[in-house]
Amino acid sequence: MTTLTFPIPRPTHPTGIWNWLTTIDHKKIGVLYGVTAFILFLSGGVEALLMRIQLSGPGREIISAEIFNQLFTMHGTTMIFLAIMPLSAAFFNYVIPLQIGARDVAFPRLNAFSYWTFLAGAIILKISWFTGGATNAGWFGYAPLTSVQQNPGTGIDSWIISLQVLGIASLAASFNFLVTIINMRAPGMSFMRLPLFTWMTFITNILIVLAFPVITVALIELYFDRSFAMNFFNVAKGGDPVLWQHLFWVFGHPEVYILILPAMGIVSEIISTFSKKPLFGYPAMVLAGAIIAFMGWMVWSHHMFTVGLGPIPITVFTITTMAIAVPTGIKVFNWMGTMWNGSIDFKTPMLFALGFVAMFTIGGISGVMHSMASSDAQQQDTYFIVAHIHYVLFGGAIFAILAGIYYWFPKITGRMYNEALGKITFWLTFIAFNITFFPQHFLGMDGMPRRIYTYDPSMGWNLWNGVSTLGSIMLAIAMLMVVHNLARSWRKGEPASGDPWDGRTLEWSIASPPPEYNFVEIPTVYDRDDWWARKRREVRRAVPVGGGSGDDEAHDIHLPQPSYWPFVVACGLLIGGFGLVYPVGVYAISIIGTLIGMIGVYAWSLEPVNEPEDGESSAH
Amino acid sequence: MLTSTMSLKRLIGIALLGTMIALLLGCTPSHPQSTFDTRGLVAANQANIFYIIFWAGLVVFIAVEGALLYMVFKFRRKEDQGDPVQTHGNTRMEIIWTIAPVIVLIVAAVPTIQGVFYAANSQNSPNYPADGNALEVDVIGHQWWFEFRYPNPNNPAEQIVVANEMYIPVGEPVNFRLDSVDVIHSFWVPKLAGKVDMIPNNDNTMWFEAYAPGEFFGQCAEFCGVSHANMRFKVIAVPRPEFDSWLQHQAGEALEPSEALAVEGKNLFRSAGCSGCHADSSIIKIRADGSRIPGRTGPNITHIATRLNHLGIYRNADAPFEDSSGVRQLYVDAAGVPIHANGQPFVSAALLQQNLKTWITDPEALKPGNLMTRDGAPYIDPENALSERDIDALVAYLLTLK
Repeated sequence: MTTLTFPIPRPTHPTGIWNWLTTIDHKKIGVLYGVTAFILFLSGGVEALLMRIQLSGPGREIISAEIFNQLFTMHGTTMIFLAIMPLSAAFFNYVIPLQIGARDVAFPRLNAFSYWTFLAGAIILKISWFTGGATNAGWFGYAPLTSVQQNPGTGIDSWIISLQVLGIASLAASFNFLVTIINMRAPGMSFMRLPLFTWMTFITNILIVLAFPVITVALIELYFDRSFAMNFFNVAKGGDPVLWQHLFWVFGHPEVYILILPAMGIVSEIISTFSKKPLFGYPAMVLAGAIIAFMGWMVWSHHMFTVGLGPIPITVFTITTMAIAVPTGIKVFNWMGTMWNGSIDFKTPMLFALGFVAMFTIGGISGVMHSMASSDAQQQDTYFIVAHIHYVLFGGAIFAILAGIYYWFPKITGRMYNEALGKITFWLTFIAFNITFFPQHFLGMDGMPRRIYTYDPSMGWNLWNGVSTLGSIMLAIAMLMVVHNLARSWRKGEPASGDPWDGRTLEWSIASPPPEYNFVEIPTVYDRDDWWARKRREVRRAVPVGGGSGDDEAHDIHLPQPSYWPFVVACGLLIGGFGLVYPVGVYAISIIGTLIGMIGVYAWSLEPVNEPEDGESSAH
Repeated sequence: MLTSTMSLKRLIGIALLGTMIALLLGCTPSHPQSTFDTRGLVAANQANIFYIIFWAGLVVFIAVEGALLYMVFKFRRKEDQGDPVQTHGNTRMEIIWTIAPVIVLIVAAVPTIQGVFYAANSQNSPNYPADGNALEVDVIGHQWWFEFRYPNPNNPAEQIVVANEMYIPVGEPVNFRLDSVDVIHSFWVPKLAGKVDMIPNNDNTMWFEAYAPGEFFGQCAEFCGVSHANMRFKVIAVPRPEFDSWLQHQAGEALEPSEALAVEGKNLFRSAGCSGCHADSSIIKIRADGSRIPGRTGPNITHIATRLNHLGIYRNADAPFEDSSGVRQLYVDAAGVPIHANGQPFVSAALLQQNLKTWITDPEALKPGNLMTRDGAPYIDPENALSERDIDALVAYLLTLK
């Protein structure tokens, strides 16, 4: 390779738009993930708000049936694939290399590719609002409602292709993080010394790697049914719509744990830090996470208790589903064990983490109610389930993500958020969340099905629907307060020290924000909660906080350089994806996209590994 | 299988019922789809199982949230507090809080599994007929309405077709064979039983038994497209003799209209293309191999003027099934027609007329996406559009279909 010179040199933009487009720094990519996903989270919130306004009273005619169906489909798809997963990925990106004492992820360019591909998937999905209608068959896309006979428009296709592209992004990211966690740990950072967030990230990424191929296969089959008149799910030709349900939920249930395990990791870090105590029962916490992930593969049919599988399969899935409550309970009890006799500081992250434990417990209890198939026969597809998933995914995952945002905000931005406003925001979120979702338990038990755009005034559902809508408006205000606090503090907040919380893990041992190379000297790890131990025992001199300015020390650090090509390949996927959704000509646009992608891949593999002198930033 | 623990569960159930209902009631008195206010054996069994886990869950909830609150106040960081003791775990505690949930879950699993098997077979009903001939009704889902087919008591090679409103005998288990002609729907009457999905070509079955007369609300529970929210139906449970006369009446031919406008309507029903989708005979043959003949695209209208609800939703009668003090208002007379306790016809011709007219004038307003406005000649072809008089004639004809 040394004799060949690649025509296009690697980019060297230290700032500006080109820097963001070509960066392969895990911290910048983490910020890109976080900001993008938070905007998408807000868009999913707007979709939810529109639905709640339509349902605020009986017989409202604010939103049509068709648009309502698109709204709840897009809301579910957005929150799962475009909000919670990438918000978790933002933390994986930013925090994992710092927690394990690494300078970057194992494959920095692949990491950039993951982000841009995620964005491509998001664009393909969201743009469908403006290109003839969004997908409208539910986020679960049950056949045969997704068939071309039932649903001839491009909405379903945009959903299929978007999920495929997002799947590529998730898989690339997951392999990257698995290799990073296995191979890039600092000396002494054995697996049983990993911070719990890193552990949960590791387990989550194993789940992603195993679960996404299943949905990929299902989506390919569906696309082939729709585009090439194949018959995987076509009843008229002997296809089986229940096959789709099995494929979807074999993916879909591990997906639930993909959403919640990172949240559990974040909460574990925060409760430990703000109680000034090590995580109670660390080995049990790790094992419980692994067991939840493992058993997540044995419970998919509890989403199908009313499908008519017969009493024996229902019994089996009842028992396996109930069993998952045990490791989940272990987690909750161990968080409380961590707080016991602790010295608890109620900063905003801790409030959200405690909110997580309190709300997730409610979601867990209603989850056990659904695991009991007899009881579930009345609850399935009612607002009781809507309440349950929001206690798990909003009271659970989103509370934890908000906790994580406040917790790592000083590290990421080098500035403190507004604590008083943060606490007010927590209480408003907590109250509004319960006003929105608790009454939905009543509605479900009162026989209100999910996914209905209207209801009759005589059903007895008026009051609690009105209350729920009121709560959702409060919740929207709370989320705007989050945005306000973060956006303002990012520019004008008090400067943050490297270790504002008296932290326990390695990310707090370096400056805020961390220098591009993270660690001047790769730390050697002697303990679980190594940074805490180092501070307390002073066994060795701690690396000086504020090392970011220590350019002399950082002189020999070689970092990989930015690259155009991950972005180019993702553009190819975007264009290729559009070509599959809107097949003009004989998939001409897809062919163009594929060519762009292939050029990108070749250029990626051929571009020089490093150039000796570019005189930029820290890559001396 | 129920009897051993039934009495205790009932007591608990009743105690909770009061609290729950009070909570749920909010401001309005009517809760036609409440899963607590059960009238069916299966629904009662499922509600009892819910109560078990509800109470167990409440205990867990109070314990966990209470402990959390206690710690929040007890272990709040104090001024100048040093580092707390760095405990890493406690094996005994961890074993206890692993084992305890296991025990609770085993206790909850036993009645659940019993309930699953109970709901799977109508022979679990104490009233299962000794001759094994429980009533068997075919339920067929359509976007967005329900078709019901009863065995014709006069001819075993035929079925009787009705739409959106079904009658069942009280105190007998009724078996249902569930099917769909298009997408997946779900058959759900909350007061009688939890739902089972209606999947094309999947031969699902379920059963329920109403232990009290009543008119029960049903609704499709599986998202099935644009008008999923409007896919509703009613189940009317009456004593066996009344059910038999209702079924005999439904098996009969539609009445011939005599009034001029109605005769005009009947002719229009054929010439405008309505009859292409809507049958005016309730009898349908069963194939020699026992399989069903696919019916017409739209609901059967043979006895549409006897239905208490239009589209299974809009009321065609002034009176409820029973009044506020629980006194029954609806009876089926010897001719098989619903009558009021005071002897008057139960269905109000004025309400029915109004409902039919509203519907035919603009079906899209009541059921967005419906196939009639999508495919029906009078709605897609301006040349064939129905005039005001056409609609009046059609309604006049339909009003005669008692």
